[in-house]
Amino acid sequence: MASVEFQNVSKSFGTFNAVPDISFNIADGEFVCLLGPSGCGKTTSLRMIAGLETPTSGKVLIGGKDVTNLHPKDRQISMVFQDYALYPHMNLADNIAYPLKVRGKGEAERHARAKEVADVLKIGDLLKRLPSQISGGQQQRTSLARALVYPSQVYLFDEPLSNLDAKLRLEARGFLNHLQRDIGMTAVYVTHDQAEAMALATRVAVMDKGRIAQFAPPLEIYRRPATTFVANFVGNPPMNLISIRVEVAENKLQVHADGIKVEGLTVYSHIAEAAKAKAMTLGVRPEHLRIAHTGDINVISGTLFANENMGPESLVTIERPDGNRVTARIFTDDVIKTGDIVEFSFDEQHITLFDSTGLRVPALGEID
Amino acid sequence: MKTFSLLSNRAGALFLAPAAALIGVFVIIPFFWVIVVSFTNRTLLGSTALNPDFVGFQNYIALFNPLTFFSRGQFGFSLILTTQFVLLSALVGQALLGLILAWLSQTVSPKIKSFLQTAVIAAWILPEVVIGFAWFAFLDFDNGTLNMILRGLGLPPGDWLLQNPFWVIVVFNTWRGAAFSMMLFNSAFQSIPPSYFQAADVAGASSLQKLRDIALPLIKGHVVTDLILITMWTFNVFTPFLLTNGGPSYRTELLSIYTYRIAFKDFEFGKGAAVGVIIMLINLAFALVYLRMARKKPAEAD
Repeated sequence: MASVEFQNVSKSFGTFNAVPDISFNIADGEFVCLLGPSGCGKTTSLRMIAGLETPTSGKVLIGGKDVTNLHPKDRQISMVFQDYALYPHMNLADNIAYPLKVRGKGEAERHARAKEVADVLKIGDLLKRLPSQISGGQQQRTSLARALVYPSQVYLFDEPLSNLDAKLRLEARGFLNHLQRDIGMTAVYVTHDQAEAMALATRVAVMDKGRIAQFAPPLEIYRRPATTFVANFVGNPPMNLISIRVEVAENKLQVHADGIKVEGLTVYSHIAEAAKAKAMTLGVRPEHLRIAHTGDINVISGTLFANENMGPESLVTIERPDGNRVTARIFTDDVIKTGDIVEFSFDEQHITLFDSTGLRVPALGEID
Repeated sequence: MKTFSLLSNRAGALFLAPAAALIGVFVIIPFFWVIVVSFTNRTLLGSTALNPDFVGFQNYIALFNPLTFFSRGQFGFSLILTTQFVLLSALVGQALLGLILAWLSQTVSPKIKSFLQTAVIAAWILPEVVIGFAWFAFLDFDNGTLNMILRGLGLPPGDWLLQNPFWVIVVFNTWRGAAFSMMLFNSAFQSIPPSYFQAADVAGASSLQKLRDIALPLIKGHVVTDLILITMWTFNVFTPFLLTNGGPSYRTELLSIYTYRIAFKDFEFGKGAAVGVIIMLINLAFALVYLRMARKKPAEAD
């Protein structure tokens, strides 16, 4: 296992600048997810670690060694591909053992090792089959087995679960999580599924237009999204973002927006002076909203737009007078009718504030 | 089962009629006519021109006469020469060179690749008469380009067409036809998902290992098709005639050139037709093998 480092790496394809300038450091044994929408440069970044793409400028280091211009085969890495890349003409044993074959290992040794790995992944009984004769989940595990069959410094995953159906994906995710705990591999995992990133990663790099918007542990990303982009990308459903105007009164931050009633915010009193009559964005997560009761002080109101029952909870969406929609995860069986005026309430400590450029404003408790 | 059709049967037959008539007059009737002629002693001039005699298998027996079979200018010599020509210029030359070019062009930059392909395909699309003359000019002893280059490098010039005529037509045919194999293998390689090769790259495979373990097994069907097609084409090729005229002293007289000489220079129509029938049978064998392979393919892909 080894660390991975990007030093001012950029990558252009012709005139398209996929990754403008990116630097990060992944420590030995970390499981890092590169999370972002399609076209954000996450797969390009992964392929530069693998050596399948060469950076236009900058350096890639694996285990402290400059590998920027090394061929993939000289990097001691493993990779699991989105389409699994299993060879249709080889049975599972030969597929899994192929990396050993190119290393000149004998057939007996190859097949013994393939069997060993396949047993761990519960596909040991299928080794004589061809890839076309097994299910998608089994194919996924076969490609994982091929990545695990030889010792690697870094394990790379390119959306490995995106071709599986929802149930198999959950199962495979749990398995990968277990595997990571078991062998403590250094892994870089590309996904556009924020739930996958949150569940698997020790740290998540949220990418936006070729730049890292935030690189932090999953809970940090969830609780303190660095930008409105991160807030909007992480969480299912994502954080509600409401444009507000703020001003200072009684040494507290006063929030103004149609359909919103917020008592002066004391946790942001430190910025009250700087934020005089400015446009800001207020963020609050759906799970921190509840149906308001009389006497609640922080309230958002609007007409009911949708009420989706998810089983344990309902997703209740209201439309505020300016057309902005706010969704809440409500854990009650209250009957709400379309057209009703609905009021949500929330606590002051669950508010996230973003300035006019979309950057998060730290709350009072975070600053020493 | 009733299938959807654009035309009624009668209208369809009407549209097919002109093509059917042409094929009948120029392909099917000559086909049987050649078989009939091959059993006669028909010639261009003399008494047998108008009233040829039926001579049974005499033409065939003469072709396979063991006393002269292997001598230069005889059927057996041409048959063996053609076999060597097919093995060396088609199977080794065109197919192998095409495969190597196609494989290399997978990894080079798009610019080099398009230059390479243009150069190779140019050799394929130029009219035969033009390349025949071009090669003649290239190989000429006194003023040929090749000998000029050799002299420039201080090497002794060679009279290639006189001393090594067989190797000249082998190289010529390889150069001429490698484009087809290259294009066929190129598109076959491109039909393989790139992730197969990337997975092999990451796993540590060399270019040769990728070719042997992944690319070739996956394009097996294309390779078989290519080999059969170029075998058939090379077996029937007439273009070397433009370069060597079958000579010197029959040393490059391939079967097609031999047939031409017998029928249209010596005007022995009966004997020429007999050679034609034998060539037809050999081609039929190739075609049957090819059709069988082609029919097998869908099951293989399963």
